[in-house]
Amino acid sequence: MQELKENNVLQPAIPRSWNEETKPHKFCPGCGHGIILKALGEAIDELGIIDQVVFGCDIGCSLLSWDFFACDSVQTHHGRTTPTITGMKRANSDIVGIAYMGDGGGYAIGSQHLFNAAVRNERITVILCNNCNYGMTGGQMAPTTLPGMKTETSPYGRDVNETGYPTKGPEMVAAVAPEGAYVARGSIANVRQLKGFIKKALENQLAGSGFSFVECLSSCPTNWRTNAKQTWEFVEKDMAEYFKVGELRIPQAKEG
Amino acid sequence: MADVSLKGEQRVFMTGNEVVAWAAVAAKVDIMYGYPITPQNEIMHYWTRLAPKYGKKFLQTEDEISAGFTMLGGVMTGRKAFTATAGPGNVLMQESAGMAEMMRLPAVFVIQQRGGPSTATVIYAQQETTLTAFGGNGEGHRLVYSTATHQELFDYTIKAFNSAWTYRFPTFVLGDGYQAKMRESLTIYEPEAKGVKLVQQQALVGENKPGKKFRHLRNTYNTEDELYEVVMANQREWDVMAKKVVEWSAEGCEDAEVVMVTHGVVSRAALSAYQQLRAKGKKAGFFRPITVRPFPDQQLADAVKGAKKVLVAESAYGQLLKMVKEALYGKNVELVPMLRPGIGITTEELIEEYNKL
Ligand SMILES: Cc1ncc(C[n+]2csc(CCOP(=O)(O)OP(=O)(O)O)c2C)c(N)n1
Ligand code: SF4
Ligand SMILES: [Mg+2]
Repeated sequence: MQELKENNVLQPAIPRSWNEETKPHKFCPGCGHGIILKALGEAIDELGIIDQVVFGCDIGCSLLSWDFFACDSVQTHHGRTTPTITGMKRANSDIVGIAYMGDGGGYAIGSQHLFNAAVRNERITVILCNNCNYGMTGGQMAPTTLPGMKTETSPYGRDVNETGYPTKGPEMVAAVAPEGAYVARGSIANVRQLKGFIKKALENQLAGSGFSFVECLSSCPTNWRTNAKQTWEFVEKDMAEYFKVGELRIPQAKEG
Repeated sequence: MADVSLKGEQRVFMTGNEVVAWAAVAAKVDIMYGYPITPQNEIMHYWTRLAPKYGKKFLQTEDEISAGFTMLGGVMTGRKAFTATAGPGNVLMQESAGMAEMMRLPAVFVIQQRGGPSTATVIYAQQETTLTAFGGNGEGHRLVYSTATHQELFDYTIKAFNSAWTYRFPTFVLGDGYQAKMRESLTIYEPEAKGVKLVQQQALVGENKPGKKFRHLRNTYNTEDELYEVVMANQREWDVMAKKVVEWSAEGCEDAEVVMVTHGVVSRAALSAYQQLRAKGKKAGFFRPITVRPFPDQQLADAVKGAKKVLVAESAYGQLLKMVKEALYGKNVELVPMLRPGIGITTEELIEEYNKL
């Protein structure tokens, strides 16, 4: 932790792994991306692994984090962060590879990559921001849009007969990943818990035991057109009701 | 699989796909990423047999999009990496090729062309020439070697890695199904023993050295002006590279009345047609771009200076022709196309076509 007091004024604690030169960050006020990345930054700090981390971000609002951390990073294409980080880790197993993406990137255009990386138990960590819509492109329906929820491409509310039910990503990953995988769903409504999940995911990669995946319930007040109170209500109640927060897969402790 | 080693040099008789796998070993490639598609499969088959013996790796991905992007991940960590594909797979790989152009990544793609469009045939064509040279939503900032023989497949696969790591533009070896599946003799060798220096690779990310400065790599820009600067800087560097890497071969063009222009495996037929026509006293000429991107524009223009006609023959409907037209824009010479999408072109057919002129 950095010095919390500057000119005798209490400063918000910034994770050491953040690149301070690029702060304040570029997300909208009230956006959950920054909260997730704070949890990730603290987890990286606590593990002391910043020198090993290669951070990959997708296209979507996650791309605004391309210069977020004080470590090597690569901004890729929409949905292609999982294979890019997979390729790195396969070529150089010394790195800690983190793929950061949105729900569109992970569950729609890049779903084949997420699914197969999980099946192959790639030793990487995927962190996915679930904000129930396509944020960057202006609030279209995403795989995670809740039933009845209005978006730009479901203006009368998501009709599950036409478009199916929201994707349950961690449940899918947990169903296909082999022994050794770590899978959890956290929320920006409980940052301490979220940080714990992310830390375990990274530890799982460090131990070489398998794939690790954390979905984070997040907010997008800009496209939801919600005020602060409505935003929190949506994250804490509506989203959490459909998307159950908790750990889905924890690797068995090794014997001996 | 032939029982060979890469010590010194050795005469061998093998398929083109096996040649590519051996060339990648010779070039000290660390890892291949791939997805099955005919006629490239055996590159992976031979690589996966060779890889463990030489301490090398392989990843079979879920599709060609992934094969391309995992390969980009590999090269970013400073490992020599490549992939191989064909046809619809080549289409899918253009997304990663575009990222390699924008981010200047030394990616190497081996393309064994098959029939197109769509699934077409698994056999042969030259219909991926435009795609390989210009695929993606950019300016074709890449390097494409169009090979004709197994010896060239070996030589140019090694060269592709060297060029990619020297200039940092995505580099393609453009073969085809005939070259992939055919068996012929060639000499394989240890590059250093033949005086071919292998270019040393460097990591862009993930190097954990004390005091290193971290890097942020991106392909997205905020404004038109910012993008313009990046694209124009790449264009300038591509232009500088183009002069150094452009390759072609020309025979008898000085006094030729008709110059035959072909590339890849068709140029073998054209070369023997040229020799047979010359033996009969005909004033034939032979010109072949070896790099189809950059295209030897000036060299072709010089070669056809005295000619009345240029016979352009290809196993596609006008892809090479388009490049030739651009190179010869404003020149007073008649172009005679011989366009056979998806089928081979023989020496006899070329001579017949020549005799009609
Ligand atoms: C191949 C491709 N298709 C479409 C797009 C346009 N696009 C940019 S961001 C985005 C959606 C992002 O949504 P999500 O992944 O949920 O991230 P968020 O912005 O919500 O964090 C899309 C469709 C693109 N960049 N590339
Ligand atoms: S559009 Fe939504 S997801 Fe994107 S930065 Fe703004 S609040 Fe965050
Ligand atoms: Mg989203």
